[in-house]
Amino acid sequence: MTVKLVIGIVRPDKANDVLEALYRAEVRGFSLSRVQGHGGELERVETYRGTRVQMGLADKVRFEIAVSDEFVQPTIDALCDGAQTGEVGDGKIFVVPLERAVRIRTGETDHGAVTPVGKS
Amino acid sequence: MTAIIAQAGVVDTGDTAWMLAATALVLLMTPALGLFYAGLVREKNTLNTFMMSVGAIAIATVTWALVGYSLAFDGTGKIVGGLHLALLNNVDFAPRAGTTIPQLVFFAFQATFCIITTALVSGAVVERMRFGPFLLFSALWSVLVYSVLAHWSFGGGWLAAQGTLDFAGGVPVEMGSGFSALAAALVVGARKDHGRQALLPHNAVYVLLGAGLLWFGWFGFNGGSGFSTGNPSVLAFTNTLLTPACTLAVWFVLDVVRGSHVTAIGAATAIIVGCVGITPAAGFISPAWAMVLGAVAALPSYGVIVWRTRTRVDETLDVLAAHGVAGFTGILFIGIFASQSWNGVADGALYGDASQFVEQAVAAVATPIYAFVVTYVLLKAIALVCPLRGSDHDEAIGMDIVHHGEEAYASGEGAILIKPDGDIEELLRVPERV
Repeated sequence: MTVKLVIGIVRPDKANDVLEALYRAEVRGFSLSRVQGHGGELERVETYRGTRVQMGLADKVRFEIAVSDEFVQPTIDALCDGAQTGEVGDGKIFVVPLERAVRIRTGETDHGAVTPVGKS
Repeated sequence: MTAIIAQAGVVDTGDTAWMLAATALVLLMTPALGLFYAGLVREKNTLNTFMMSVGAIAIATVTWALVGYSLAFDGTGKIVGGLHLALLNNVDFAPRAGTTIPQLVFFAFQATFCIITTALVSGAVVERMRFGPFLLFSALWSVLVYSVLAHWSFGGGWLAAQGTLDFAGGVPVEMGSGFSALAAALVVGARKDHGRQALLPHNAVYVLLGAGLLWFGWFGFNGGSGFSTGNPSVLAFTNTLLTPACTLAVWFVLDVVRGSHVTAIGAATAIIVGCVGITPAAGFISPAWAMVLGAVAALPSYGVIVWRTRTRVDETLDVLAAHGVAGFTGILFIGIFASQSWNGVADGALYGDASQFVEQAVAAVATPIYAFVVTYVLLKAIALVCPLRGSDHDEAIGMDIVHHGEEAYASGEGAILIKPDGDIEELLRVPERV
């Protein structure tokens, strides 16, 4: 059984909704970081003491979720559920194959490493 | 009053000097409030929250000069004053009746009260109310609510006439803002995420610094409300130190009992509650009773904060608990503990005059009703003209970007400079002769 890394880049104000959706989908292990990026969204103009600047980067939150195969679709669904507003700028989801995953505490690898304790 | 007070009707240089400084101290309270409020909201609403206080400085100063001051301080009409002082007519270097300071200073000092009170109400509607409608609301509220209440208790209106004691604004400032805030929160409605997500203060250091600066400014607020350097001012000044310190200490205990930690934001709140509690009573009660007031005032305000978070009412920054309820407590406290040997004016129930308590209770009932009803109707009326809040989408992005086109913590990463039209080099170049 293989392991995939699901990367979801979402709006910061939707991060809580995504967390809720992941929790409901029983996806329990992930990392989250604040990133800046540029997608197709309209650029906004800000003014600071007469200096006008075009803000080319928007704040986003990036979820990284390593899951076993059968959890890939529920994870994607949860990300879409939580993060969708219908406006440009909702974000992207990337799924990439993982060569290996290791749980540091036990040395378990791959499927065992990404399955929450107590499940199998 | 005692012999230290200079003869009324003549300008006294010492009194004037103190009032000039006190006015500046009170003005500082509004940016301090902006900082306090800004720390309590989410990062994306920092500037908008601060700007509501800055906006109040602009709006309330103008309305105060145009008509507010006159409605509050011209004549002794029961409900409102006259218009003889409108547009600063007749406001000059001559002493304000009953004081030893030029009316021009008296006007400016009172203006700073109108400003901060208007700014206080913003705490109920931050993070969702649109900036334009808030400014419109500020302009109307500062006249219809603040000026009227100021007339009632400071300007010779019916509360002052029937004997209500209010040293520095328990009626117009504290209860006026607190109960208006409740009405505003109800009309504007809760933030879209209220009750669904944890909406946390984004910078507790701003909150503490803002509270500290407010306390500093409050020495001018209460200490200046005697309009002199006489005994009432000295008493009010020192009570402004004693009461909030006692509120802080009691708040620590309440925090520990409820949550096992002494919290920083709780401490900042306690400073405000203590300052508010002593505001109406500052020049009327002994220092010892001022300390008791500090301890007592903590309880109802703490209770209302705990209660409010269990309701669906999104009175976001607890203006009702910190100002309305603490002002209410302070106004009633005078009725029991005022002592003529300290204030030279009147005794409370404990010192033999039970009627004082009744006079205080009348103010404590009438003020909340007036503030709540007028604010409620005013906001409903404004809502007919323009929407009070933006879309959920705007609220998600945050008020700073939507209403001000700025961010509080812009990093500059990814920001591309837009050159002015035609480029500056282009504009400066001398055309070549043909």
